[in-house]
Amino acid sequence: MRWMWIDRVVELVPRERLVAIKGVSLAEEHLHDHFRATADRPATPIMPMSLIVEGMAQSAGVLVGHAEAFREKVVLAKVSRAELSEDAIPGDQLRYTATIESMTDMGASTKGVVELIRPDADGSGTPREIGRVDLIFSHLDNNMGGVEFPERNFVFGESFRTLLRSSGVEIPE
Amino acid sequence: MTRDEIFDNIREVLVDALALDDDEVTHDAKLIADLGAESIDILDISFKLEQAFGFKIAQGELFPEGVTQDPDFVEDGKVTDKGLGELKERLPHFDFTSLEADRSVGNVANIFTVDALVDFCERKLQAA
Repeated sequence: MRWMWIDRVVELVPRERLVAIKGVSLAEEHLHDHFRATADRPATPIMPMSLIVEGMAQSAGVLVGHAEAFREKVVLAKVSRAELSEDAIPGDQLRYTATIESMTDMGASTKGVVELIRPDADGSGTPREIGRVDLIFSHLDNNMGGVEFPERNFVFGESFRTLLRSSGVEIPE
Repeated sequence: MTRDEIFDNIREVLVDALALDDDEVTHDAKLIADLGAESIDILDISFKLEQAFGFKIAQGELFPEGVTQDPDFVEDGKVTDKGLGELKERLPHFDFTSLEADRSVGNVANIFTVDALVDFCERKLQAA
């Protein structure tokens, strides 16, 4: 399994805002464990909220990484706030809107809105907000501890490049 | 803005950044030892102070970087005279009395109190 929790970037305003979507599918293995049937409850496939936080982290992380042409190793350092009020189930689409609140050489803080789209019979659906996820990212090479990391950018690997390419986002050289 | 108003704003920032109760944020509370701040929280606090007060904070301006890793500034686990001078120059908003009494490198973080933040913000606002 690839650790990719967004399917496509649908909007990118550099250094400002990124919108990404993720389709929740019953083909995802983890949905069969989350939650399995028990003696008193049938199987209940719902997208783990921790992975919704990860989806926002990837959306916001790409936005922050893009700002410096993916030269910085952008890592999630702190979940400042995560509130989700509704479960996402197979067939739903999650829509992550991440905006940069502050950014310096050391890192960035982002605000995020999570929306859920549950398609009607004709395939359409209206996004409704189901939560907020605010994050802090650190630029790993500018950490306060002065620890050195390998030169190769292991954060934005091939999977991310494929995602950006298939979303039509130009990858700065 | 009065010192009390600055303190109230800072308390709000710290309550939010460190998930504290209002009454935990006292003037002499140490951010790291008493309030549980970690290094990434310092970045978070610095972002939130910028938003609360409308000024910019440069890297290393709020809290020292690299000083305690520099062999010129630390010897045998103690901050040297040169190190102390460097810290005082870089961080005029801190009270160094406790560090002067105990030069242990682990004691450096203890000068980072809520009142030091109030001084820092007061200076920044005056300079603006």
